[in-house]
Amino acid sequence: MVLTLAFRNLFHDRVRLIVTIVGILFSIVLVAVQLGLYFGASRIIVSMIERADGQLWITAYGAKSFEESDVLSGRERYAALSTPGVNRAIPVVAAFTRWKKSDGGAQLCVVVGTDAADGALAPWNIVDGSLSTIKLPDGVAVDETYFENLGVTKLGDTAEINGARVRVTAVTKGIRSFTTTPFIFTTLDRARSLLGMPANSASHYVVQLDPGADPLRVRTELQKRLPDVEVLTRDEFHARSLDHWLFGTGAGVALIGGAILGMLVGTVIVAQTLYSSTKDHLNEFATLRALGSSSGYIHRVILAQAGLSAVIGYGLGMAIAIAIVMASQNTALPIVMTPTLAGILFALTLGMCAISAVSAIVKVTKIDPAMVFSR
Amino acid sequence: MTKPVIAKANHIVKELGQGASKVTALRDVTLTLHAGELTLLMGPSGSGKTTLLSILGCILTPTTGSVSIAGEKTDGLSAEKLADLRRRHVGFIFQSYNLFPTLNAMENVRLALDVRGGAKGETMQQAEMALREVGLGHRLRNYPANLSGGEQQRVAVARAIATAPSLILADEPTAALDSENGHAVMQLMAEIAKNESRAVLAVTHDPRTHAYADRVVRIEDGRIIGDERRAKAEGNVAQYDLTRKRKSHA
Repeated sequence: MVLTLAFRNLFHDRVRLIVTIVGILFSIVLVAVQLGLYFGASRIIVSMIERADGQLWITAYGAKSFEESDVLSGRERYAALSTPGVNRAIPVVAAFTRWKKSDGGAQLCVVVGTDAADGALAPWNIVDGSLSTIKLPDGVAVDETYFENLGVTKLGDTAEINGARVRVTAVTKGIRSFTTTPFIFTTLDRARSLLGMPANSASHYVVQLDPGADPLRVRTELQKRLPDVEVLTRDEFHARSLDHWLFGTGAGVALIGGAILGMLVGTVIVAQTLYSSTKDHLNEFATLRALGSSSGYIHRVILAQAGLSAVIGYGLGMAIAIAIVMASQNTALPIVMTPTLAGILFALTLGMCAISAVSAIVKVTKIDPAMVFSR
Repeated sequence: MTKPVIAKANHIVKELGQGASKVTALRDVTLTLHAGELTLLMGPSGSGKTTLLSILGCILTPTTGSVSIAGEKTDGLSAEKLADLRRRHVGFIFQSYNLFPTLNAMENVRLALDVRGGAKGETMQQAEMALREVGLGHRLRNYPANLSGGEQQRVAVARAIATAPSLILADEPTAALDSENGHAVMQLMAEIAKNESRAVLAVTHDPRTHAYADRVVRIEDGRIIGDERRAKAEGNVAQYDLTRKRKSHA
């Protein structure tokens, strides 16, 4: 009967129900989009680190992220290779520079230089051309998401980087950057040349270990041998990149802040409507109390009302959120929705509605069953 | 032979309000309710009838004095323990019926059983039985808005008896009813009171109800001023033959 009573109380006043549901729906959509953007951004920020095949990273001291690192001279590689447990130390170049479109406009980009054959990092999701076509003279791979920004539309289109001609010889799909600055993949040597970096230099070294080697022990040893640079595990570099882009820039704080705001707005709306519903049904709750119901029984009715509102609001909110997620998939910053995030959102919605029920529960706790005689 | 005692209020004093607005609603009231009796508690407005009913129903606690229901003392019990006592031993019938407008007759009765933790199938069966007993077998799925005042009060009676309480307390059960329905409800209560393990106390100032009472207790200014046992006026009762009416609907 708890559910029946809660359901009837809810549906008895349709206008109030609609206000409650819209409040939850608004909250869910806002939180889903904000958290989806947060996780989408996180995924993009660490995509290069995640894709690289190596347990350790050697980076310039204080490197903030994959894209933001000073130049390493090249001697680090030899020091690394002589360290017990290190199998390979593969150079990777990454740096911001300007892409000059054939029509004269310019666009900031990140040139990423790797040799796919080295096995550390290579562009993925190639939809036109191949890894080998990147090696063609002036060859670069660009992502189709940034065609418009880069002023290209197809394979063979040309542009300039630092005065040197480049030609699109491969196209990827879905390799995006958090800053919406396009990644331009090319060979290691061509990247050095385009960026004016000395031969043998690199932005990072991706370190592959001997089978069975302990990453933390090797990291300690490498750090001893290379005191002027930083040696990071994949997880550390991952965390540092997220910290820089999401919290150093304030973007993550804004996204999480938006999500918290959404929760607060939802909580206030649901609390207000639950409270007024409880107030309207106060005589009924007093009757229940007079009939001998425990206060727990009445609390369950109010919580069931909150729970039902949560389930309905969540269902409708998620339907809208998923539509927005799908519509964002081909944009520069796709919103992520995973089963885990959907589960977290459901738990948050239930929590939000449970918290909203507190004021109504406090009201009903003070109920005097003697009021049934004064009606 | 003395009938078993169902409820006992001993030297009850009840003060309401505080400071300058404090009033003494009950002054040293002692009342014993016996099984198998319909007792009417009569008195003018403000005489303390409803306060005494509330104390006997464990809704209010006395300022001094003691109460026992079905042999259980209520002194010092917490609100939750008092609710538990009500749940197990007391059924209420209210002047304004206090039915849940969003629940149908069956559900209204089931609710009283559900707060006791009854299983669904069991509570449905008991609720239906109680409604048939009050002649509403044909109105099980009707909502209060679609029932007459008399029918609504009969649903309230069904809700009160469904849990088989030892004590049924009715607050002005006929006040909102016309003559015919008032008599019908009192007839029902008189029948309910025939149960030898149950006492019924009805607060009223409706003289139509006298005919159904086994006992009339008069209260004024918070004091009991009369306690009269009486033989029922059978002719008057027979005039409203509900038994036949119920059989036709059940």
